[in-house]
Amino acid sequence: MTSIPMADGLILGGILFALGLAGVLLRRNLLLILVSIEIMLNGAGVAFVAAGSRWGQADGQVMFLFILAAAAPEVAVGLALLLTYFHHRQSLDADSVNEMRG
Amino acid sequence: MTNLTEIAFFAAGAVAVIATVLAITRPVAVHALLYLIVSLLAVAVVFYTMGAPLVAALEVIIYAGAIVVLFVFVVMMLNLGVRTQETERKWLAGRAWIGPVILSALLLAEVIYLIVRAPVSAAMNSISTPKQIGLALFGPYLLGVELASMLLLGALVGACHLGRTSKSGREARQ
Repeated sequence: MTSIPMADGLILGGILFALGLAGVLLRRNLLLILVSIEIMLNGAGVAFVAAGSRWGQADGQVMFLFILAAAAPEVAVGLALLLTYFHHRQSLDADSVNEMRG
Repeated sequence: MTNLTEIAFFAAGAVAVIATVLAITRPVAVHALLYLIVSLLAVAVVFYTMGAPLVAALEVIIYAGAIVVLFVFVVMMLNLGVRTQETERKWLAGRAWIGPVILSALLLAEVIYLIVRAPVSAAMNSISTPKQIGLALFGPYLLGVELASMLLLGALVGACHLGRTSKSGREARQ
Protein backbone atom coordinates (compact mmCIF):
# COMPACT_ATOMS: atom_id res chain seq x y z
CA MET A 1 0.00 0.00 0.00
CA THR A 2 2.59 2.51 1.05
CA SER A 3 5.34 3.89 -1.10
CA ILE A 4 6.36 6.98 0.81
CA PRO A 5 10.12 7.36 0.37
CA MET A 6 11.99 7.09 3.65
CA ALA A 7 13.80 10.36 2.96
CA ASP A 8 10.52 12.28 3.02
CA GLY A 9 9.52 10.81 6.35
CA LEU A 10 12.94 11.53 7.81
CA ILE A 11 12.85 15.11 6.52
CA LEU A 12 9.41 15.64 8.05
CA GLY A 13 10.67 14.25 11.36
CA GLY A 14 13.70 16.53 11.13
CA ILE A 15 11.55 19.59 10.45
CA LEU A 16 9.30 18.81 13.42
CA PHE A 17 12.34 18.21 15.66
CA ALA A 18 13.96 21.50 14.57
CA LEU A 19 10.73 23.40 15.18
CA GLY A 20 10.47 21.91 18.66
CA LEU A 21 14.12 22.79 19.34
CA ALA A 22 13.52 26.38 18.22
CA GLY A 23 10.49 26.48 20.52
CA VAL A 24 12.52 25.24 23.49
CA LEU A 25 15.18 27.85 22.80
CA LEU A 26 13.03 30.88 22.09
CA ARG A 27 10.06 30.53 24.44
CA ARG A 28 10.40 31.62 28.06
CA ASN A 29 7.06 30.26 29.24
CA LEU A 30 7.73 26.97 31.02
CA LEU A 31 4.43 25.47 29.84
CA LEU A 32 5.26 26.15 26.20
CA ILE A 33 8.76 24.79 26.67
CA LEU A 34 7.12 21.50 27.72
CA VAL A 35 4.87 21.68 24.64
CA SER A 36 7.96 22.16 22.46
CA ILE A 37 9.61 19.11 24.04
CA GLU A 38 6.51 17.12 23.08
CA ILE A 39 6.92 18.34 19.50
CA MET A 40 10.56 17.20 19.50
CA LEU A 41 9.60 13.73 20.77
CA ASN A 42 6.93 13.58 18.10
CA GLY A 43 9.47 14.39 15.39
CA ALA A 44 11.70 11.59 16.64
CA GLY A 45 8.70 9.26 16.50
CA VAL A 46 8.03 10.20 12.88
CA ALA A 47 11.62 9.35 12.01
CA PHE A 48 11.36 5.97 13.78
CA VAL A 49 8.11 5.02 12.03
CA ALA A 50 9.47 6.13 8.65
CA ALA A 51 12.57 3.97 9.11
CA GLY A 52 10.46 1.04 10.33
CA SER A 53 8.16 1.21 7.31
CA ARG A 54 11.18 1.39 4.98
CA TRP A 55 12.24 -2.13 5.96
CA GLY A 56 8.73 -3.37 6.68
CA GLN A 57 9.62 -4.22 10.25
CA ALA A 58 7.58 -3.62 13.38
CA ASP A 59 10.62 -2.35 15.29
CA GLY A 60 10.13 1.30 14.33
CA GLN A 61 6.60 1.27 15.66
CA VAL A 62 7.74 -0.51 18.84
CA MET A 63 10.25 2.29 19.37
CA PHE A 64 7.44 4.80 18.88
CA LEU A 65 5.52 3.06 21.66
CA PHE A 66 8.57 3.45 23.90
CA ILE A 67 8.77 7.15 23.00
CA LEU A 68 5.11 7.41 23.95
CA ALA A 69 5.84 5.67 27.26
CA ALA A 70 8.69 8.11 27.91
CA ALA A 71 6.66 11.18 26.94
CA ALA A 72 3.82 10.50 29.36
CA PRO A 73 5.96 10.45 32.56
CA GLU A 74 7.94 13.44 31.31
CA VAL A 75 4.75 15.48 30.90
CA ALA A 76 3.28 14.31 34.22
CA VAL A 77 6.37 15.12 36.28
CA GLY A 78 7.10 18.31 34.31
CA LEU A 79 3.61 19.66 34.81
CA ALA A 80 3.64 18.75 38.51
CA LEU A 81 6.93 20.65 38.90
CA LEU A 82 5.47 23.56 36.94
CA LEU A 83 2.40 23.73 39.21
CA THR A 84 4.58 23.61 42.32
CA TYR A 85 6.77 26.39 40.93
CA PHE A 86 3.78 28.51 39.94
CA HIS A 87 2.28 28.21 43.43
CA HIS A 88 5.52 29.50 44.91
CA ARG A 89 6.30 32.28 42.41
CA GLN A 90 3.06 33.16 40.56
CA SER A 91 5.17 33.20 37.39
CA LEU A 92 6.09 30.87 34.54
CA ASP A 93 9.22 32.74 33.46
CA ALA A 94 11.99 30.22 32.77
CA ASP A 95 14.62 32.92 33.43
CA SER A 96 13.52 33.31 37.05
CA VAL A 97 14.07 29.63 37.83
CA ASN A 98 17.78 30.30 38.31
CA GLU A 99 16.94 32.10 41.54
CA MET A 100 15.70 28.89 43.16
CA ARG A 101 17.59 27.76 46.23
CA GLY A 102 17.22 24.39 47.83
CA MET B 1 -3.47 4.45 -5.18
CA THR B 2 0.19 5.18 -4.74
CA ASN B 3 -0.29 8.71 -5.95
CA LEU B 4 -3.17 9.30 -3.55
CA THR B 5 -1.11 8.04 -0.62
CA GLU B 6 1.73 10.35 -1.50
CA ILE B 7 -0.58 13.33 -1.88
CA ALA B 8 -2.09 12.54 1.52
CA PHE B 9 1.38 12.25 3.02
CA PHE B 10 2.57 15.60 1.70
CA ALA B 11 -0.68 17.40 2.57
CA ALA B 12 -0.65 16.03 6.12
CA GLY B 13 3.06 16.83 6.48
CA ALA B 14 2.48 20.42 5.35
CA VAL B 15 -0.41 20.78 7.80
CA ALA B 16 1.77 19.36 10.59
CA VAL B 17 4.62 21.78 9.89
CA ILE B 18 2.35 24.84 9.62
CA ALA B 19 0.43 23.93 12.78
CA THR B 20 3.68 23.36 14.67
CA VAL B 21 5.08 26.73 13.58
CA LEU B 22 1.88 28.39 14.80
CA ALA B 23 1.96 26.36 18.03
CA ILE B 24 5.43 27.55 19.02
CA THR B 25 4.71 31.20 18.22
CA ARG B 26 1.28 31.84 19.80
CA PRO B 27 1.35 34.15 22.83
CA VAL B 28 -1.81 32.59 24.33
CA ALA B 29 -1.17 29.15 25.82
CA VAL B 30 -4.56 27.68 24.90
CA HIS B 31 -4.17 28.72 21.27
CA ALA B 32 -0.77 27.04 21.20
CA LEU B 33 -2.36 23.86 22.59
CA LEU B 34 -5.09 23.94 19.92
CA TYR B 35 -2.45 24.16 17.19
CA LEU B 36 -0.53 21.38 18.92
CA ILE B 37 -3.62 19.14 18.67
CA VAL B 38 -3.90 19.92 14.94
CA SER B 39 -0.22 19.10 14.51
CA LEU B 40 -0.59 15.77 16.34
CA LEU B 41 -3.64 14.81 14.27
CA ALA B 42 -1.75 15.63 11.07
CA VAL B 43 1.16 13.47 12.22
CA ALA B 44 -1.34 10.67 12.86
CA VAL B 45 -2.41 10.93 9.20
CA VAL B 46 1.27 10.81 8.22
CA PHE B 47 1.67 7.58 10.22
CA TYR B 48 -1.36 6.12 8.49
CA THR B 49 0.02 6.91 5.05
CA MET B 50 3.31 5.30 6.06
CA GLY B 51 1.49 2.04 6.79
CA ALA B 52 1.32 2.24 10.57
CA PRO B 53 -2.39 2.33 11.47
CA LEU B 54 -1.90 1.18 15.08
CA VAL B 55 0.59 3.94 15.76
CA ALA B 56 -1.75 6.47 14.11
CA ALA B 57 -4.55 5.42 16.46
CA LEU B 58 -2.23 5.60 19.48
CA GLU B 59 -1.06 9.05 18.41
CA VAL B 60 -4.66 10.27 18.47
CA ILE B 61 -5.63 8.48 21.68
CA ILE B 62 -2.56 9.09 23.82
CA TYR B 63 -0.96 12.27 22.47
CA ALA B 64 -3.99 14.25 21.31
CA GLY B 65 -6.25 12.63 23.89
CA ALA B 66 -4.37 12.16 27.12
CA ILE B 67 -1.26 14.35 27.04
CA VAL B 68 -2.89 17.48 25.60
CA VAL B 69 -5.74 17.07 28.11
CA LEU B 70 -3.09 17.20 30.87
CA PHE B 71 -1.78 20.46 29.42
CA VAL B 72 -5.32 21.88 29.21
CA PHE B 73 -5.96 20.93 32.86
CA VAL B 74 -2.80 22.72 33.91
CA VAL B 75 -3.76 25.83 31.92
CA MET B 76 -7.13 25.75 33.71
CA MET B 77 -5.46 25.42 37.12
CA LEU B 78 -3.02 28.25 36.41
CA ASN B 79 -5.94 30.45 35.32
CA LEU B 80 -3.82 32.62 33.06
CA GLY B 81 -5.50 35.87 32.09
CA VAL B 82 -5.02 38.96 29.95
CA ARG B 83 -2.08 40.08 32.10
CA THR B 84 -0.19 36.92 31.18
CA GLN B 85 -0.85 37.48 27.48
CA GLU B 86 0.80 40.89 27.71
CA THR B 87 3.78 39.37 29.52
CA GLU B 88 4.07 36.63 26.93
CA ARG B 89 4.02 39.14 24.08
CA LYS B 90 6.76 41.07 25.82
CA TRP B 91 8.81 37.89 26.25
CA LEU B 92 8.39 36.97 22.61
CA ALA B 93 9.25 40.42 21.25
CA GLY B 94 12.76 41.59 20.51
CA ARG B 95 15.66 40.00 18.77
CA ALA B 96 16.09 37.15 21.22
CA TRP B 97 14.49 34.58 18.95
CA ILE B 98 16.60 35.21 15.85
CA GLY B 99 19.66 33.32 17.10
CA PRO B 100 17.84 30.11 18.11
CA VAL B 101 15.85 30.10 14.88
CA ILE B 102 18.96 30.47 12.73
CA LEU B 103 20.77 27.71 14.66
CA SER B 104 17.80 25.33 14.40
CA ALA B 105 17.45 26.10 10.70
CA LEU B 106 21.15 25.36 10.15
CA LEU B 107 20.83 21.99 11.90
CA LEU B 108 17.74 21.19 9.86
CA ALA B 109 19.44 22.14 6.59
CA GLU B 110 22.35 19.90 7.52
CA VAL B 111 20.08 16.93 8.22
CA ILE B 112 18.15 17.44 4.97
CA TYR B 113 21.39 17.74 3.02
CA LEU B 114 22.69 14.49 4.48
CA ILE B 115 19.45 12.66 3.73
CA VAL B 116 19.16 13.99 0.18
CA ARG B 117 22.81 13.39 -0.66
CA ALA B 118 22.56 9.68 0.17
CA PRO B 119 19.13 8.81 -1.19
CA VAL B 120 17.39 5.65 -0.08
CA SER B 121 15.09 3.63 -2.28
CA ALA B 122 11.34 3.69 -1.92
CA ALA B 123 9.64 2.02 0.99
CA MET B 124 8.82 -1.65 0.80
CA ASN B 125 5.21 -2.62 0.43
CA SER B 126 4.12 -3.90 3.76
CA ILE B 127 2.05 -2.89 6.70
CA SER B 128 3.09 -3.88 10.19
CA THR B 129 -0.02 -5.34 11.76
CA PRO B 130 -0.82 -4.88 15.46
CA LYS B 131 -0.11 -8.59 15.87
CA GLN B 132 3.48 -8.16 14.68
CA ILE B 133 3.96 -5.21 17.00
CA GLY B 134 2.58 -7.14 19.96
CA LEU B 135 4.81 -10.12 19.21
CA ALA B 136 7.85 -7.84 18.96
CA LEU B 137 6.88 -6.02 22.18
CA PHE B 138 6.61 -9.17 24.25
CA GLY B 139 9.39 -11.01 22.46
CA PRO B 140 12.72 -9.24 21.87
CA TYR B 141 11.59 -6.00 23.56
CA LEU B 142 10.27 -7.57 26.77
CA LEU B 143 12.97 -5.88 28.85
CA GLY B 144 12.00 -2.50 27.39
CA VAL B 145 8.37 -3.06 28.33
CA GLU B 146 9.35 -3.86 31.90
CA LEU B 147 11.57 -0.76 32.03
CA ALA B 148 8.70 1.36 30.68
CA SER B 149 6.45 0.03 33.44
CA MET B 150 9.07 0.94 36.05
CA LEU B 151 9.36 4.43 34.48
CA LEU B 152 5.60 4.92 34.59
CA LEU B 153 5.46 3.79 38.22
CA GLY B 154 8.27 6.19 39.10
CA ALA B 155 6.47 9.04 37.31
CA LEU B 156 3.25 8.20 39.17
CA VAL B 157 4.98 8.30 42.56
CA GLY B 158 6.89 11.46 41.62
CA ALA B 159 3.80 13.31 40.38
CA CYS B 160 1.87 12.28 43.53
CA HIS B 161 4.71 13.50 45.72
CA LEU B 162 5.02 16.83 43.93
CA GLY B 163 1.26 17.35 44.06
CA ARG B 164 1.22 16.69 47.81
CA THR B 165 4.10 19.04 48.55
CA SER B 166 2.54 21.82 46.50
CA LYS B 167 -0.71 21.43 48.45
CA SER B 168 1.01 21.45 51.85
CA GLY B 169 3.11 24.44 50.74
CA ARG B 170 -0.06 26.34 49.90
CA GLU B 171 -1.60 25.47 53.28
CA ALA B 172 1.55 26.61 55.06
CA ARG B 173 1.44 29.92 53.23
CA GLN B 174 -2.19 30.62 54.08
